[in-house]
Amino acid sequence: MVENRPWLTWLTHAVLVIGVLVVAFPIYVTFVASTHALFDLVQVPMPLWPGDKFVDNYLQALTAGLGEGSGTQAIGAARMLFNSLVMALGIAVGKIAISIIAAFAIVYFRFPFRMTAFWLIFITLMLPVEVRILPTYKVVADLGLLDTYAGLIVPLIASATATFMFRQVFLAIPDELTEAARIDGAGPMRFFFDIVLPLSRTNIAALFVILFIYGWNQYLWPLIITTDQSMLTIIIAIQRMLAVGDDQAEWQIVMATAMLAMLPPVVVVVTMQRLFVKGLTGTEK
Amino acid sequence: MAEVNLREVVKDYGDLRVIHGVSCDIRDGEFLVIVGPSGCGKSTLLRMIAGLEQITGGEIAIGGRVVNELEPAARDIAMVFQNYALYPHMSVYDNMAYGLRIRGLPKAEIDTRVRRAAGILELGEELLRRKPRQLSGGQRQRVAMGRAIVRDPAVFLFDEPLSNLDAKLRVQMRLEIKKLQQNLGVTSIYVTHDQVEAMTLGHRLMVLNGGVVEQLGPPIALYERPATRFVAGFIGSPAMNFLTARIGADGTTVDLPGGDRLPLPDGDFAAHAGRPVTLGIRPEHLEPAAEGIGVAVAHLTVVVTEQLGADTLIHGHFGNDRSDLTVRLHGTVHAAAGDVLPLSVRPEHLHLFDPDSGRRLDPAA
Repeated sequence: MVENRPWLTWLTHAVLVIGVLVVAFPIYVTFVASTHALFDLVQVPMPLWPGDKFVDNYLQALTAGLGEGSGTQAIGAARMLFNSLVMALGIAVGKIAISIIAAFAIVYFRFPFRMTAFWLIFITLMLPVEVRILPTYKVVADLGLLDTYAGLIVPLIASATATFMFRQVFLAIPDELTEAARIDGAGPMRFFFDIVLPLSRTNIAALFVILFIYGWNQYLWPLIITTDQSMLTIIIAIQRMLAVGDDQAEWQIVMATAMLAMLPPVVVVVTMQRLFVKGLTGTEK
Repeated sequence: MAEVNLREVVKDYGDLRVIHGVSCDIRDGEFLVIVGPSGCGKSTLLRMIAGLEQITGGEIAIGGRVVNELEPAARDIAMVFQNYALYPHMSVYDNMAYGLRIRGLPKAEIDTRVRRAAGILELGEELLRRKPRQLSGGQRQRVAMGRAIVRDPAVFLFDEPLSNLDAKLRVQMRLEIKKLQQNLGVTSIYVTHDQVEAMTLGHRLMVLNGGVVEQLGPPIALYERPATRFVAGFIGSPAMNFLTARIGADGTTVDLPGGDRLPLPDGDFAAHAGRPVTLGIRPEHLEPAAEGIGVAVAHLTVVVTEQLGADTLIHGHFGNDRSDLTVRLHGTVHAAAGDVLPLSVRPEHLHLFDPDSGRRLDPAA
């Protein structure tokens, strides 16, 4: 910047630090809570330094987070994390695979009702999942997909946003490149795999990050179609752990599960950060 | 290697006709340059030969085989694009090898061809491993040509390949393209809007204007005997001067508005006597009258002088209607604004055009 006044530097840093604290503090409290015994937690004021029950709490959360209830077995967060992982990966990979070929068809092929198809996809952007949730439930139930991975993934797998984004990415690929490939004798699918796919690499990565988190954080849909404990996703599990009626919720376990639920998205974002930023800013081309 | 034949080639975009029946036979090994202002259809014509645009009417044959319905890859051509169109994610080597891999050539054969092309273009081993974005403009241009060479095609197509390079590099690459074409002897069709490129590269030029061939012939023929006013104005730099004039009553002179009379070149202009004409004189054909070798034209009032070192360009007003006139004099000439310069021109350097049709007027045979 042009200005160079010491107190401005101080001020901007102060604002930054406060901002970070505001965002980070609840997560810190969650972590602290996950390392204490329940008895210490319900004291007022609650402790602000990590306790000594870290290993115990996390072990219990992983192996038996959802305690034995009426007629159900105790089940741990490990299983739910796996369920969430399958659902999030399924949604992210499926959405990318479907939308990238849909966009490829719309951009590179001339067929009747091409634009109609595009606009039909596009207007579904305006319909949130909640609007069509009842008919979708009916369809999934009739197909016998309740409490299955397919039931969790398939209804969420079409994506107008991703199709639209890939369309824009493809439109930005110069026509001359397409023509050069034609002169080189590349057929449509060859062109897709050799040219289009590598050129959209960063966009795919960016979209993967966004969609993985989208899938991971799904709440309403898994809440509706999963009843079997062994099919719960981690997000739903947290909700179930809190629905204890008059009993005391085991906060230390809930908090440990919450920390565990946070980890995979963080890992995905951190490992793919470089590609993610590139994909969003589009510096590759 | 092959000849290319265009027969009454037509292109329509909806109701709009952009190419109006172009015919041309390009000989085996010939270098044809298609030149014209932007929007004249020259790139469209090239893309029709390449197979990137549908042909509305007429016929295009490469090596005697009609290719109207053939895919670009099946036409045995190679094209160099204006923006090079290199695959950004592939190394230089892979860029050149890609087309050959698709054709399914054996690996060893591909390697031989790529290395031979790299040798011709002086692309070093280290360069072959780089990505296009790590190359300079001139190097990218070379790679684009390399990609064309490895295909060993019957015809090279160039679509304004030098227009993205800076002036110095352009001159250098122009020379290299010319040498390359001479050495390989491959029939080449080259599209450009730059008349210097056109003059220096082509065995023959096709001047295109509004989708119509204005003139087709060797560069010097176009320079010396432009068939239309458009060609006359397009070929040559600075552009030809055009003056409104009238052929004298006896058909031996051309009368300028200022009252000056210039003798016409040899030939019988009696049929045109008295008719209005557009008189064209190239700036380099005007000389100071003092040298006394030509006939005095008129007195030019100097407005601006541009010293180029080897030449001096003088822009001024001329005649009663104060037409603009540019003169190109050899060496350094000092002339201040307002000076009056007597000029002369040889009769054989006068060009006469019909003011309505723009066609060249020739003496009756």
